[in-house]
Amino acid sequence: MIWEVFRQEREGQPFTHGGSLEAPNREFAEAYAVEFYGRRAESVALWVVPREEISDIEDPYVADVFDRDYRRVDGYSLKVKLREARERAGTA
Amino acid sequence: MSAQAPPSSLVETVLAFADDELVLGWRDSEWTGVAPFLEEDVAFSSIAQGEIGHARALYELAAGVLGGDADALAFDRAPEEYRCAPFVELQLVHDWAATVARHWLYETADAIRVADLMESDWDELSGLAAKMDREEAYHRMHAQMWRDKLGGDERFEAAVERLWPYALGVLEPGQRGRLAELVGRDEVAAVDRGAHEDSFAALHEEMTMVRRSIPGAAW
Repeated sequence: MIWEVFRQEREGQPFTHGGSLEAPNREFAEAYAVEFYGRRAESVALWVVPREEISDIEDPYVADVFDRDYRRVDGYSLKVKLREARERAGTA
Repeated sequence: MSAQAPPSSLVETVLAFADDELVLGWRDSEWTGVAPFLEEDVAFSSIAQGEIGHARALYELAAGVLGGDADALAFDRAPEEYRCAPFVELQLVHDWAATVARHWLYETADAIRVADLMESDWDELSGLAAKMDREEAYHRMHAQMWRDKLGGDERFEAAVERLWPYALGVLEPGQRGRLAELVGRDEVAAVDRGAHEDSFAALHEEMTMVRRSIPGAAW
């Protein structure tokens, strides 16, 4: 049985994928996760999850048919707007 | 340092403990590369290294009283001078059921021994035992998880039966009742320290080979 391991390097940081391991059950998976990703203080927390429990979505991109740039976080530059606002306020 | 030198019987106990850890670490390391699967290979090799690390710390402690250093105690003695229990000398590689049986029995016995040493009046020893116990907790968890997995299996149970008198020999007679209780077996005549298994000579030969190749070299 294959398990995926996620590790958190420091408190408050997001968990990132560490790698995978083979283990016959959850108890072994947890022990091996500690062995591979924990015992040298390289992680503050670990998640182990059976690979089969992870949904793999192959093509998550939904194409924009209409121009809706404003919906995207990169739709406009905040930097430019900030600079303009500061200039108006005289604090640039 | 303690105010006064520890009694020689306690130094003997430390030396016997160190020899157990060194020889068991050596035997466990024979699984490196050939364990049942990769993850276990890494985990068991790491435990083997852990045991040898404990041996080193115990030898250093003994060397502080006896003179010399950890390497000299570990590798420069004649086979008959080692005090390890025959239990740790048994070569079990390629028999995983028996290896797990020994691992579980040894860690269970070791927990009793370490707990007693943590109460020692020799401050350096009780401190070291407490430090070792933190790492042994991981060994015990690993051993228990394998015992849970293989418990009831015919080969595993036969191995426990065969190794039981050996396991008792790791402990002092006064500690053995506690092991019997934890393992759920009756106390039987132990295979005590003193004599060595026939296989120990070859182990000692190999273990000390590099050290003997250039006596006195600094590595």
